[in-house]
Order: sequence, then structure tokens, then C-alpha cells
Amino acid sequence: MSLTAYHKMQLYGALLLLPAAVLLTTFAYLPTITTVINSLFLPGFRGAPTEFVGLENYQVLFDDPTFWKVARNNLIYAIGTIPTSIALALCMALFVNGKLRGRGVVRMAYFTPTILPMIAAANIWMFFYAPQIGLFNQLLGILGFSGVNWLGDPSVALGSVIAMSVWKEAGFFMIFYLAALQSMPPELKEASDLEGTSRWHFFWRVTFPLLMPTTLFVLINALINAVRVVDHLFILTKGGPNNATNLLLYYVYENAFSFFDGTTAATITVVILLVLAVVATLKFTILDRRTHYQ
Amino acid sequence: MSNQSRIRLERVTKRWDATTAVDDISFDVTPGQFVILLGPSGCGKSTTLRMIAGLEEASSGRIHIGERDVTRLPPGDRGLSMVFQSYALFPHLSVADNIVFGLRSRKVPKAEQRERLARVAELVDLTDYLDRKPAKLSGGQRQRVALARSIISEHPICLMDEPLSNLDARLRSDMRREIKALQSRLNMTVIYVTHDQVEAMSMGDRVILMQHGKIVQDGTPDELYNRPASAFAASFIGSPAMNLLPLVAGETGAVIEGEPSTLVAPMEAAGGHLGVRPEDIELRPAASPGVPAKVVSEEYLGADTIAYVEVGSHTLRVRLSGKPLLTGQPCSLFWASKNIHLFDANGLRRDDMPLSDFAPPIRSIPRPPAVGSFQH
Ligand SMILES: Nc1ncnc2c1ncn2[C@@H]1O[C@H](COP(=O)(O)OP(=O)(O)OP(=O)(O)O)[C@@H](O)[C@H]1O
Ligand SMILES: [Mg+2]
Repeated sequence: MSLTAYHKMQLYGALLLLPAAVLLTTFAYLPTITTVINSLFLPGFRGAPTEFVGLENYQVLFDDPTFWKVARNNLIYAIGTIPTSIALALCMALFVNGKLRGRGVVRMAYFTPTILPMIAAANIWMFFYAPQIGLFNQLLGILGFSGVNWLGDPSVALGSVIAMSVWKEAGFFMIFYLAALQSMPPELKEASDLEGTSRWHFFWRVTFPLLMPTTLFVLINALINAVRVVDHLFILTKGGPNNATNLLLYYVYENAFSFFDGTTAATITVVILLVLAVVATLKFTILDRRTHYQ
Repeated sequence: MSNQSRIRLERVTKRWDATTAVDDISFDVTPGQFVILLGPSGCGKSTTLRMIAGLEEASSGRIHIGERDVTRLPPGDRGLSMVFQSYALFPHLSVADNIVFGLRSRKVPKAEQRERLARVAELVDLTDYLDRKPAKLSGGQRQRVALARSIISEHPICLMDEPLSNLDARLRSDMRREIKALQSRLNMTVIYVTHDQVEAMSMGDRVILMQHGKIVQDGTPDELYNRPASAFAASFIGSPAMNLLPLVAGETGAVIEGEPSTLVAPMEAAGGHLGVRPEDIELRPAASPGVPAKVVSEEYLGADTIAYVEVGSHTLRVRLSGKPLLTGQPCSLFWASKNIHLFDANGLRRDDMPLSDFAPPIRSIPRPPAVGSFQH
């Protein structure tokens, strides 16, 4: 059998795609499909076959007040971490991009939280937050305030988790901003200096718009990170007290591995996937069109 | 004309740790002048310009604009505009927004912005492109946007750092004339950095030639061409460059190294260099008075031909008209004594020596037709 040149090219292209396709299928698409299927069935007990229940699992999930509480927590967590860490990252990047004595050290210091493994970082913060001997409470004690139960008080615990996440994420995002700032031609600043443009005006008219692609990238990353939190909670609060710090993925983890309820876990996972898909679509359709890419 | 666009540099120096980019230079630009800073790469032209603009701080010395000492003033307060080699356009802003960027910074009223924009866009022929982003413009159009941005500010002084170096040869010659025309029309004082001697000669009212951070010569293009102050200046101006021949002591005067038979300059000139431009040399039949030589190759350029001629151990360039085809032939080089330049051992010009023409020129032939006339 002889192949035409066209078919050869087709085959060649398909072969090039094959490794990526195999990996993605094995580790992303198949599990996703299995998860979706799982969320539509109830497991049979004592050897009984699984039973197709349609959207009933979703119905049950949406009637579960804990799910809504966790979802609300996650929303607060997202709103608390994303803008703060992005703004902080931008400020830090602008700061260390300037003419600064020992800026290598400062950049390094800002980046340190990122290279620390999450478990290690959470352990450090455990020490900050510990009720009696913790750093924060000792500082408060010196100033004459009574201590706060940072991780044990339901009204404060989520805030404490958010603070730690911001600390950890900002340094990571700063690197992207720093790279973008350094690729901006210095003549732009010089040209606007010659016009007597104020720093403020220059930032809003030039720097910020030119950083928009980076901001978008960082924003999407931050969003994904916001629904990916398991490890901090595992160390710091285990979702407690009374689910005050429980977040979606940790809730999935609990359902799957503590309560051995794979079905609920699958159902929540599908909900998370849908939300992320909507966000990604918004990003690609609306935000990209308003952003200037070089 | 008011004095506010006069620029005065007094003993300005710029040092970076070990390197001295600009070394104790002074000059005074009168309003309305088109001044060229010319020199090879790395001689400190851009640094000088950037110090005038305020983008770089002078290590020592004083800079005055008009009556003011601006040495420590920020760039925005110096009342000047600048065109960058890379144009420095804001990629996310339209042409119109790029042009009025400075006006917005200075809070010029909207109506006035629009009116000035329309006028300037007309002037540089950009009216049809105001809504485009810079990425969608050609190099020449981007160049015009950069020009428009500096014109619209209506500052009397405009600094330009190699504004044409990213354009192709054809466009460059068009833009040269456009910039020159704009400058005289708007009566701007321009300091223009270039390493291209053609730009310098054709645009400048005055050329400041620099080397190693110092001024080598400061004069009109005419003076630079006709009376170069040093061997470096001589070799930098003119295309092809002036021939520089080492002189050694002969029996009764200085001779070209390797060609002891012909006296070319008084004895005192030995040890220095003799400079003669390719266009000031005549090729004459081998027996006539002059320096014996041999044509080794020719480069035909269309309107004229550059012949490479061997004298002693040196090769000279000679500009001939037409396409003479003389390669391999012996000949005699003739030049008028008024056209030669003598430089001492340090490369500095010497005018203190009496010069005489080669013993009797056969007849005075106008230069171009003389070429090749001896073949038969
Ligand atoms: N920021 C800097 N730090 C240290 N040295 C510098 C700096 N800027 C320029 N120099 C040095 O100063 C000297 C003059 O540089 P400058 O840019 O003025 O040259 P130039 O005449 O404009 O050359 P070109 O024609 O290549 O643009 C060079 O030797 C350069 O290496
Ligand atoms: Mg330069």
C-alpha cells in the first residue's frame, strides 16, 4: 500500500501529537470522564450493582448546607487572596525593579516563600499562629493586648488561612511581574519623563496596560490556586473549627478519603470543573480582546 | 530671536566607574542651529545628548539652556523634546494618543490637544493613520509619529539620537530632507546624533566631531571637509575616506614611505602623514611629473569609479569619472598642493609648511575629462 504525500503528512502530524495525547488522555480526560460518570451513579452496597440516578447526586449536594458553607468559604478565600496577592506582587515587583541598594537580596527575600514547600510554610505559620507561644500573640502581649486564637476562632480562622496564602503566593506572582517589567523598554519611561509625566500617570497610562497580559496570566493562576488548596488546611486547621476554614478541594478530599463517599467527591469535582470552565471561557473571550499583547 | 533655546555646555564630563564616556567637553549652540554630534560608535555622542536631555546626570561641568542652569533639573523641566533611535512609541496606544501623550501629561485642554494634533498630523503626513497602533505602521511612519510627538510639544529644542538608523537607504534620504525642512520651517534648535557622515554633511549647519569622549573638531561641514583638524577627522569625513600616507625623510624632503623618488612635502613633515582626498587626485601618464604608481584594481560605482592605486607599499583610493578600465597600468599621481593636508606625528593638522606643486604640470586639465586620456 502506498500513501499519498498528504496522508503521510497527516500520519506524521498524528504521530507527533501522540505522546501528548496519550498523556493527557490517561491523566486528564479519562479521569474527568470517569468522574462525571461516577457523579451520575449511586454505588451499590454489599455487591449490588451501581445504580444510575441521573442528577440526583447534584440535588443532594445542593441541599447540603455544608457544601454551601464550604463554597461560600472558598468564595471568600478567593476574594481575600486573589486581589491582595496580585496587588502585593505588583507593588513588590515595582519596588525591586527600581534602582535599589541590595535589590538582589530583597528579590530573593520576596521569592523565598514560593520556593518553600507548602507543608514547611504551613509549619512556620503554625508557629506564628500558635495560641500561647505563637509569635503574633507574643507581640500582641508585649503591646498589652490579649491574644487571639488565630486558627481556633471560627470568625478569625479563615482570615488567618488567607493571610498565609497571600504571603506564599505574592512572591511567586512577583516573579512574573518582574520579568514583564524588565522586558519593558526603558525608553518608554525616558520618553514620558521628558514630557514631565508623573510617576502615577505613567503607571496608569503605560506600565499597567502593558502589564495586562501578565495580570491576566497571574489572575488565572491565582483562581486555579484558590480552588486547589488542600495542603495548608491539612496542616493548619483540617477545615475546622466547624468547617469554618473548609474549602472545596479539601472537602472533596474529606469526602473521598475520610468519609469514603466517592460519589459526593465526584459530584463536587464536576461542579468545580464547570465553574473553572466558565471562568476560562470568560478569560479567552472577553478579557483577551481588551488586552494588548505585544 | 529669543535666547531661550540657546544650549551651552561647560566642561561637561560623564564617568561610569572606570570608563569616561564624555571627557570635559564644551560647546555653545545658538538658537535655530542644526548641530550634528558625529563620531564613531562608543565615542560618547548619546551620553552627551542624554545629559542635555537630563536622562543622565553629568559627573561634572554645567549645562545651560537659555538663561537657566539646568544641570540638575529633571528632564521634564528643561523645555526640550527628544526623538529616540528606537522611537519609544507606546505600543498599546494609537498614533493619536502617542502624539498627544505629552500634552495630556501637561494637562493641556482637550480642545487645544485636538487642534494641535490635527495640525501636526498634517505636517508629518499622518492624518490617515491616527487610529492605528504603532505595530501596524511601517518604519518610516513610526519615525514620523516619533517626530510628531516631539513637534507637538512646541519646545524650541529637539534632540535626536540616530533617528534614521533603522530605515532603509532610500527612506533615509527622504527623511533627511523632511527633518531638515521641518527644522527650518519651525525654526527649531536641533542637536542630532549620528555616526553617518552623509547625514552630518547634508543636514548640519555645524558638525561637532567626537572621538573617545572628546571634541576633535567643531565647525561647518565645509570646514570639516576642507580643513580637517586631525588625521582622524580627515579619515572620518568623506566617502571614500581621505588617503593618509606615512611620510619619511628623503634626500631633500619628505617622501611617501616606500616611494623615495618623488618629493611630496618639506622635510619637517617627515614622521607625520600626508592626506589627500580620492577626488583630489589625478591620474596622468606614467612619465609626467607626480608620484609613480600602478593601478591594481577598480570598483565601478555607476557615476564614477574608485581605482585602487599602489604607491610604494601603500594603496590609495582615487575617484575617477566614468569607467576607465586602467587596471594593471603604470601611471603618475598628480595633485595640486592646495589640496593636500599634512598631519604631524600626533595626527594633528599642520599648516605651517610651504608646499609646492609637482614640478611643472604639463597643462592644466579640468579634472574629470583628464582621466584615462593618456592611454594612447
Ligand atoms: N549606563 C552605562 N554604564 C556604563 N558605561 C556606559 C553606560 N552607557 C554608556 N556607557 C559607555 O560610555 C561610552 C559612550 O557611550 P555612548 O552610548 O555615548 O556612545 P555613542 O557615541 O552613542 O555610540 P553609538 O554610536 O554606538 O550609539 C561607551 O564606551 C559605553 O560603553
Ligand atoms: Mg548612541
